[in-house]
Amino acid sequence: MSKKPTKKHEVETTGHQWDGIEEYNNPLPKWWLYTFYICIIWGIGYSIAMPAWPIFKSGATPGLLGSSTRANVQADIDKFAAMNKPVQEKLVAVNLDEIASDPELKNFTQNAGGAIFRTWCAQCHGAGAGGNSQLGYPNLLDSDWLWGGTMDDIHFTVTHGIRNETDPTEEARFSQMPAFGKDEILSTEEISQVVQYVRKISGQDNDATLAAAGETVFADNCSACHAEDGTGDQAQGAPNLTDAIWLYGGDVDTITYTVANARTGVMPNWNERLSEADIRAVTAYVHGLGGGQ
Amino acid sequence: MGLLDKHSVLERNATLLLIFAFLVVTIGGIVEIAPLFYLENVIEDVEGVRPYTPLELTGRDVYIREGCYLCHSQMIRPMRDEVERYGHYSLAAESKYDHPFQWGSKRTGPDLARVGGRYSDAWHVDHLTNPQSVVPESVMPKYGFLSNRMIDGRYISDRLSTDAMVGVPYNSDMIENAKADFMAQADPDADTDGLLERYPNAVNVRNFDGRPGLSEMDALIAYLQVLGTMVDFSTFQPVASR
Repeated sequence: MSKKPTKKHEVETTGHQWDGIEEYNNPLPKWWLYTFYICIIWGIGYSIAMPAWPIFKSGATPGLLGSSTRANVQADIDKFAAMNKPVQEKLVAVNLDEIASDPELKNFTQNAGGAIFRTWCAQCHGAGAGGNSQLGYPNLLDSDWLWGGTMDDIHFTVTHGIRNETDPTEEARFSQMPAFGKDEILSTEEISQVVQYVRKISGQDNDATLAAAGETVFADNCSACHAEDGTGDQAQGAPNLTDAIWLYGGDVDTITYTVANARTGVMPNWNERLSEADIRAVTAYVHGLGGGQ
Repeated sequence: MGLLDKHSVLERNATLLLIFAFLVVTIGGIVEIAPLFYLENVIEDVEGVRPYTPLELTGRDVYIREGCYLCHSQMIRPMRDEVERYGHYSLAAESKYDHPFQWGSKRTGPDLARVGGRYSDAWHVDHLTNPQSVVPESVMPKYGFLSNRMIDGRYISDRLSTDAMVGVPYNSDMIENAKADFMAQADPDADTDGLLERYPNAVNVRNFDGRPGLSEMDALIAYLQVLGTMVDFSTFQPVASR
């Protein structure tokens, strides 16, 4: 530490003088000066030890310590992957239906599958998997399935998704209901008839006359996918219309809109983002939420 | 004292002072600026990264205009937890055609570097129109008005030329056909051969907002759906030295 001058003449002056005003030539504080020098030395040492100068075609100087952010994160990922490896290998090896009966796998899929669900699925299906009846994202808690609720069905749906064009194997589940109104397949009158018929088979208030006429319209236009009795066909993703569980809504306006414009919900394929073990884990988690078959 | 006292020689001779000051500035300049001449070296060549299509570029401008970057970063850091949540960490090459880049450092919302393909187009419309309808705890504002702001790509060629001036490899073919490509991408009935020839990788051709006409909603969703999808990570091999 430099001493504070108590008297004027203890510290040299620079020798300059302006109108009798002199300038002290105090040395820099030692602690500051040495810290400054150490910083310079540290900087030089650091640029030698760590990746620094981008002078090579292949990238920066590698540094003597061989530090690499990419290697570090890979090591971190590998460490946890190694810890999960035995249970994940077992999960991938077993039959899908055997997961629930194995306590270790069941425990793992509940936790890992739950985490995967909350990260990747909750945005559409809701944090509690209850879906979104306002906007038409399917409820995964009930036993009403569009494409099937067995382990195999759910596994396939999660893997390939629905109506997406991004699945590299192009196996996304596809079905396309015709837009009966927009594409002028049915007249407005016929649509209102078939809407009343759908109201009838789902056990809701309906106009009996229109519903009776709608039965023919239904048989001619809808029964190929939704089945003659309206119970749907999971192989084609055609919803059951008789159970009063609605994806978009069962009131007259909503059904009319659905018949007129069709609905095409899209689910991404997860085979590119998630590993097979992750997909199986989330499949078992969803299957175990209450609706699994 | 000794050597240090000699600086009085410099201080008393204007020419010497000029010469030595110039030398000092030169050394500082070389140390600070010269490495930047080699900056290209640290951007590895990654297959698949392409300039944005005209519609995506317009969506990107909407993204910037609305200040999305104030809450959303586009930079997955090389950390295990980020890789678990968002996917492969971001590569420098993936934002090499971004002017300005959207890396950001503030995450009120999630990182968007790999949001492409993660949600359906309809989800994006629902979410942008009313974020709370799909994510109840969200504090994001509503952007439904984008659906009503129609766009015609009037200046899109100039927009591409501007990016070309700062180094984005838009060629004259891309710039000349910018408007046609702009209109084609959101129209499934359009002839998209030219678009797909000029932008061969990771192009989505759909009516993004599901409504007739071309709105800012289409452009923004086209942009969001391409984010992070250009590189095929099933074949990408990271070089550990980077």
